[in-house]
Amino acid sequence: MMIGYILRRLLYAIPILIGVNVLTFALFFVVNTPDDMARINLGVKHVTPDAIAKWKEDHGYNKPLVLNKQAGGWRALTDTVFFEKSAAMFAFRFGRSDDGRDIGREIKTRMWPSLAIALPVFLVGLAVNVSFALMMVFFRATYLDFVGVVACVAMMSISGLFYIIAGQFLVSKLWHWVPISGFDWGWDGFKFLVLPVAIGVVSGIGAGARWYRTLFIEEIGKDYVRTARAKGLSEWRVLFRHVLKNAMIPILTGAVVVIPLLFMGSLITESFFGIPGLGSYTIDAINSQDFSVVRAMVFLGSLLYIAGLILTDISYTLVDPRVRLE
Amino acid sequence: MMPFKPVLLWTDALIFLLLAAVLLFVRYVRRREHLHAPWQRVMGSRVGMASSIVLAVYLAVGLMDSLHFQLPLPSQNGKTQSVYDVEVLSVLDYIATPLREHVEKTYSAPFATHLYAKETIPLPGGGTVRDYPRLQYGGAHLADPLRDRAGDIAARTAWALLGALALWVLAAVLLTRRLARRQGVSPAAAWHSLWRREQAVPWHVALLTLGVLLLFLVPAAALSVKYHIFGTDKVGLDVFYLSLKSIRTGLVIGTLTTLVMLPFALLLGIMAGYFRGWVDDLIQYLYTTLNSIPGVLLIAASVLMMQVWMESRPELFDTVLARADMRLLFLCIILGVTSWTGLCRLLRGETLKLREMEYIQAAQAFGIGHGRIIARHILPNVMHIVLITVVMDFSGLVLAEAVLSYVGVGVDPSMQSWGNMINSARLEMAREPVVWWSLAAAFLFMFVLVLCANLFADAVRDAFDPRTRR
Repeated sequence: MMIGYILRRLLYAIPILIGVNVLTFALFFVVNTPDDMARINLGVKHVTPDAIAKWKEDHGYNKPLVLNKQAGGWRALTDTVFFEKSAAMFAFRFGRSDDGRDIGREIKTRMWPSLAIALPVFLVGLAVNVSFALMMVFFRATYLDFVGVVACVAMMSISGLFYIIAGQFLVSKLWHWVPISGFDWGWDGFKFLVLPVAIGVVSGIGAGARWYRTLFIEEIGKDYVRTARAKGLSEWRVLFRHVLKNAMIPILTGAVVVIPLLFMGSLITESFFGIPGLGSYTIDAINSQDFSVVRAMVFLGSLLYIAGLILTDISYTLVDPRVRLE
Repeated sequence: MMPFKPVLLWTDALIFLLLAAVLLFVRYVRRREHLHAPWQRVMGSRVGMASSIVLAVYLAVGLMDSLHFQLPLPSQNGKTQSVYDVEVLSVLDYIATPLREHVEKTYSAPFATHLYAKETIPLPGGGTVRDYPRLQYGGAHLADPLRDRAGDIAARTAWALLGALALWVLAAVLLTRRLARRQGVSPAAAWHSLWRREQAVPWHVALLTLGVLLLFLVPAAALSVKYHIFGTDKVGLDVFYLSLKSIRTGLVIGTLTTLVMLPFALLLGIMAGYFRGWVDDLIQYLYTTLNSIPGVLLIAASVLMMQVWMESRPELFDTVLARADMRLLFLCIILGVTSWTGLCRLLRGETLKLREMEYIQAAQAFGIGHGRIIARHILPNVMHIVLITVVMDFSGLVLAEAVLSYVGVGVDPSMQSWGNMINSARLEMAREPVVWWSLAAAFLFMFVLVLCANLFADAVRDAFDPRTRR
């Protein structure tokens, strides 16, 4: 029954991916024709019909967009830009970037550095946020709780860029604790990862701890908590044994959806710290207007997001026995 | 010939349209007790009162910066000819003329009298020396900067504080008289009840907030005429002026995006919930698809395409400002089109619940049309969700502007924005000695706005959300 459900969900994902595919195709090839893009990429001086034709041929954009009337039979549909550039992504054929490298291979090597940052940020961040929230709930309706909430709102109001710039300036430039940026494989890379991970965790505390606090506060008003207190359990025990356990259901299922997206890494953090992950890859592609890379990343991102949604549904049934798959 | 020629940019027009809509809404709400009550709760909370006063100051600066015009060029040899300057100014530019025109050569620190970099200066008696040259405007009125600067700043601050105090007393007197007249008591009694917190509205918080604001703003305004209070940037522009100009950019992104998003979210969300069936399936498919593309990537892809579109049609934009403005408008539209899904889902869920209510079924049984039921019975009952979401989204959008500008898909590089300031600060922080003032100014202005928006959003949510209402 479980397998049947997962299969159905996977089938349901197909039309969504097709939608994403059509949308990106429309965005990249219909809003601006390949001729427009060639003109921009070539610059004002070099625009000649020959140069445009050559640029289109180099990039494989010299075919009709959706329907090739000259080719017969199936070729009318397959010998087009849409089939070769967009539909091919379903087979994970992402083509080549402007500098001639295979995008698929780049993704395979670059996702590990991304994961090396994003996974610790996710796990440590979750632990820190939940502990902070529990602390505030433990001291609820006191001065400490108030100060905690005010601090959370203040921390939420600071742009993520400030955390990075200030962190790099203080820790790396002023105190020389860790290198400003860079990356290395294996254990040598540890010194490069500490700062980005720490900044990632700190910048998430404001919104995260506040969100979990409201979750816990809602949970604490329920009947089973009153029963536990009536039994004479200590407040500490009530919080950790009962409230935390029950609140784990929304916490876990809310967190599961982002797990696949961790492979994509963080755009900002990676480019600030010079980490050769998918995030900095995307930023570089955006800055150099490398459309094939951006297209590939859009497709990959939505694929991972849908995987996250399916995982969320499955995790619901695993942690909460009351939920049944229809 | 007119003394000036008004210029209406696209975003200006939309901002004033939005302002008119908000004013009409306020008028409508004030006449209806049940709609007025939650707003009274917002303004009755101390946080709501304080944050809305600060937001009003930001709004005033933003609106002044949205009234654009061109000045005529000085007529040559007495002939009157209607030739206007190509430079488009705003009312804010006009008020802050000294700030706008006091352009130095390059970086200078806050309150500095000398440039950041050494230059070769010719000596009066012949020969040259490499030293930090005096600034052209910052502290230029001082004979001996080293000796006079501290005293001059202290004296100017003292005078400004006196002025601030006078303004505050004026505001306090006006408020007390108004309260006294409205409640039919003597001004002294009104003043005492105000500080004993016996008023329904926390006017004492309003006065305190105003006092703190005046305490900082009046000295800042007074000192900025003679000094660069936040220093100057790489091309010598006053950073305080740049930060003030950035306010409009932040506000436009925060509000116009909402204006774009609302029709999508309202129409599709309510339709999905109300009609169900295939309409619901289609709309759900639409927003799941849009939602599954990571937000930044979708925005980046759209902005890249918008750039190509604009670059292939340069004839549409006559001035640099019009071009930057169009790009800002496109950015708002793109942010709006990519961000309606969250509200749409909330509205769909609420409408699903509402359509099963007895009063809706009664309306259906009376044979009232779908359009009328939606407009009269469903729309008013989901407005609190719309309002809460709009207010909560605002601060996120202001923060998003900075990130998008960093990624390279934000506002035009020629437009003043906190994102562009932070973006350049990244290189400035690596200089020796450190150029920290641009970052500090952007941080301060942005932090105050976002913090107040967050606090105001909390007050609105507490007042409107039926779950938290006591």
